[in-house]
Amino acid sequence: MNRRHTLLLLGAAALFAATQPVASYAQTSGEPIRVGEVNSYTGLPAFTIPYRQGWQLAVEEVNGAGGLLGGRKLEVVSRDDAGKPDDAVRVAQEMVSNEKVALLAGTYFSHVGLAVADFAARNKVPFVAAEPLTDAITWTKGNRYTFRLRPSTYMQAAMLVEEAAKLPAKRWATVAPNYEYGQSAVSWFKQLLQEKRPDVEFVAEQWPVQGKLEAGPTVQALAAAKPDAIFNVTFGADLAKFVREGDGRGLFRNRPVVSLLTGEPEYLEPMKDEAPEGWIVTGYPWDQIDTPEHKAFRDAYQARFKEPPRQGSVVGYTTFKAIAAAIDKAGSTDPEKIVDALSGLQVTSPFGPVTFRALDHQATMGAYVGKTTVKDGRGTMKDWHYADGAKYLPSDEAVAKLRAE
Amino acid sequence: MSFYLVQFLSGLATAATLFLVSSGLTIVFGVTRIVNFAHGSFYMLGAYIGWSLIERWGTTPMGFWGGVALASLAVGLLGALMEVGLLRRLYRSPELFQLLATFGVVLIVQDVASAAWGAEDLLGRRAPGLKGSVDILDQPFPLYDLVLIGLGPVVLGLLWLLFNRTRWGTLVRAATQDREMASALGVDPARLFTGVLFLGSALAGLGGALQVPREAVTLHMDMAIVVEAFVVVVVGGMGSLTGAFVASLLIGQLQAFGILIFPQITLVLVFLFMAVVLVLRPYGLLGRAEDAPPTAASTGPPLVLASGLGRWAPALLLAALALVPLVAGDYTLIVLTEVIILALVAASLHLLIGLGGLVSFGHAAYFGLGAYGAALAVKHLAAPMPLALAAAPLLAGAGALLAGWFCVRRSGLYFAMLTLAFAQIAWSVVFQWYGVTGGDNGILGVWPPGWASGKAAYYWLTLALAGGTLLLLRRAAFAPFGYTLRAGRDSALRAEAVGIDVRRHQWLAFALAGASAGLAGGLYAFSKGSVFPTLMAVPVSVDALVMVLMGGIQTLSGPVVGAAVFHLLETQAMSLTDWWRLGLGLVIVLLVLVFPKGIAGFARDLWLRRVDR
Repeated sequence: MNRRHTLLLLGAAALFAATQPVASYAQTSGEPIRVGEVNSYTGLPAFTIPYRQGWQLAVEEVNGAGGLLGGRKLEVVSRDDAGKPDDAVRVAQEMVSNEKVALLAGTYFSHVGLAVADFAARNKVPFVAAEPLTDAITWTKGNRYTFRLRPSTYMQAAMLVEEAAKLPAKRWATVAPNYEYGQSAVSWFKQLLQEKRPDVEFVAEQWPVQGKLEAGPTVQALAAAKPDAIFNVTFGADLAKFVREGDGRGLFRNRPVVSLLTGEPEYLEPMKDEAPEGWIVTGYPWDQIDTPEHKAFRDAYQARFKEPPRQGSVVGYTTFKAIAAAIDKAGSTDPEKIVDALSGLQVTSPFGPVTFRALDHQATMGAYVGKTTVKDGRGTMKDWHYADGAKYLPSDEAVAKLRAE
Repeated sequence: MSFYLVQFLSGLATAATLFLVSSGLTIVFGVTRIVNFAHGSFYMLGAYIGWSLIERWGTTPMGFWGGVALASLAVGLLGALMEVGLLRRLYRSPELFQLLATFGVVLIVQDVASAAWGAEDLLGRRAPGLKGSVDILDQPFPLYDLVLIGLGPVVLGLLWLLFNRTRWGTLVRAATQDREMASALGVDPARLFTGVLFLGSALAGLGGALQVPREAVTLHMDMAIVVEAFVVVVVGGMGSLTGAFVASLLIGQLQAFGILIFPQITLVLVFLFMAVVLVLRPYGLLGRAEDAPPTAASTGPPLVLASGLGRWAPALLLAALALVPLVAGDYTLIVLTEVIILALVAASLHLLIGLGGLVSFGHAAYFGLGAYGAALAVKHLAAPMPLALAAAPLLAGAGALLAGWFCVRRSGLYFAMLTLAFAQIAWSVVFQWYGVTGGDNGILGVWPPGWASGKAAYYWLTLALAGGTLLLLRRAAFAPFGYTLRAGRDSALRAEAVGIDVRRHQWLAFALAGASAGLAGGLYAFSKGSVFPTLMAVPVSVDALVMVLMGGIQTLSGPVVGAAVFHLLETQAMSLTDWWRLGLGLVIVLLVLVFPKGIAGFARDLWLRRVDR
């Protein structure tokens, strides 16, 4: 009951904050620097609201420290894209022509991110894609104006392959949502794992519709193939169903599971004490990371929003810290100068230093790789380590070739 | 062998849930003829309310099952409330208008549920005493699923008793067969309908609450189930409970075994199945011809060509719109460009609904095919924009010719669902054919060339092409073709008797509507620079339907007015607040109550009354 009220209040507070010009916390002067922000707030509130709180914190910190470019404050115009690429493009157009924003940021879904990236290239506006995971946004469909913060599908798969290759398992089964994210995750996982372990074979694959997993039949079909291990890409409600049904039918008995993103609190915590035990995952053990950067962030976040940070909070926070750093480095709001500043930009994120690579505009932000466990009635991670994104990218030549296509 | 048995049982468990939800839908439709989009929302509310009650009392079997029953009752009451407060006021409106009202309810429920229960997925308690699994031929199978499997036939039996052994049930069946006759015999239909809405919604709520131990409760449950429930209802034959039961069983098994043979085909399996069933059996598996709904649009007053000033109104409007770029900024022009494009989509759908009496649930397919026609021409053939824009209506028109040939052989909701099936098949082809369409990552870089890239230039281009097509569609309505189409709508039998090939005209209208929507799609592609499968997804079809109904189906200007109002409302609300769905839903409900004939219909009535005086 309490949490519900908190969420409601937070929603209202966030709404208020989003529709009001950001209050200035220090003496700032001159015209504000405006950033256009678009995300799927109504479509995926569970992920995008922590994200929004993250960037609100970053903006408040930037303005509290005196703003940018000699005291101009950072102002964010934030909009909902309803989860649709065509709406996102219209909103981007509105923010560029009416709100005079200097750059664009945000998006969650890959296709929405790609649509805005193409718009950015066409209109020569810098765009920092925060959450989309698709490899295409920085590689095959990458462009001069688009940058991406989060580790891509390829990077996350590569981090997990490193661990998967250590397992004795030879027969693998995969289950992934039936769209680009699931497909490219599975194909990278297969390719990279077989490079390291030529003796591995893939014996079954399931492609449930995103959001409509038929848990019983899917679990049964996977079990029938008698795999040694399972690679899972499903998430959210599908994952909860899969875990429940798999548990009930003994699918995970003596069978390691390697699972993408499952360690992120957004996905792990709703499962409460039913979170899977011992899955090898990428994620974010927010309560256990005690580096000074992360502690400072976590304390500030909890003080401001009275709830623990999520993966999205880190992404939102770091995106806007990077934007502030880029504007600072560019010394102006000129789009071309901001793009040049973003290329090769180094910022300190709660996860440690991150570089936006000049080569492909992919940030080297990493993820935490570890095992899931249940502690005090909720899912968390153990035996984790930080996998620096820079180490899980293909060679520069390979990337250059992908971008040239 | 044991594996197949367990897979079969899993299919039965899926079928049980599907049956609970779709039985409610089929009962509501059978009696009231309301296409209740909000049925999925009631399912979702059942799950949320069930979750809350089970969290509180679900530790004991009594508490758990009591919570499920209570959730079902609560949702039933909400359904009855919707009937009394909203639908009852609309029984005199053109049929299908209630659909618009229920769509408003869908939007409201989405935001209310999000505010009440929060955004995060909620994983509920498992049923006490039924947590484990039993070994069936050495394969573990969840106990709870066994209970669900038993529950399906029990509910079917109870419903059968209710309808065949009680007075209320007899009255409901009487009203299903002949609403007017039943009320002439002294049965108060309003009270009957309230009861039916209660029963139907309670079944949806029951289905939702029973899902709590199986899956997380999310804000996406409503849309996920409602389309599938419609498929079950139509495959089984509308209004037929046994049909819904058989169809649920078949679809449950299809999903259980389909994923073994073609794991990749999950996206489209049920729609392929529905298309095949409807092509082979015009009234579903167990539906009877006499239960088939009448053509969806009721006959309004005949369209008359306005005289005097009214005759020039469309041309004057076009001229006024052409002058807008002289005063408006870039963003205004972008939104207006979209309004004009959507007006063309809505008008092309209106050609089917208003003139042909054919309600399409899959019009987005042709809008999307047009967008892809243009984008593919640019990407694979490096075609210049004019050529790509020509490809748009061609591809969409070809698709409409093909789908239309099958669709026009069915009527009413069977027609509507067949159009939906074809739209979903087209969508899944686009979604999965990576090599050609780029899959869900779409096609980027579909921008207009230099001469048309200015916002004003592209606006004028859109106005010329879409406005011209709109005038042509208007012309078609008053041409012999339009009169023939309306004759077929008002009385297919008499039209046939005077020598009109009704089906052929409907087929041509379908193609014309598809091609016009395709042109709109092509224009939309170039205004956005990219195309994605979302352009031909269900929500776009629903939006188009909402625009037509909002404007009113009995006037030609209706869809244009509806498109403008809907799009402006949506864009404005979206940029103002996160609660835009709530706002939009409330506005729709209000509009429905204030203008039960649509906005343009209301304006026309006002005008006619003035003239009469």
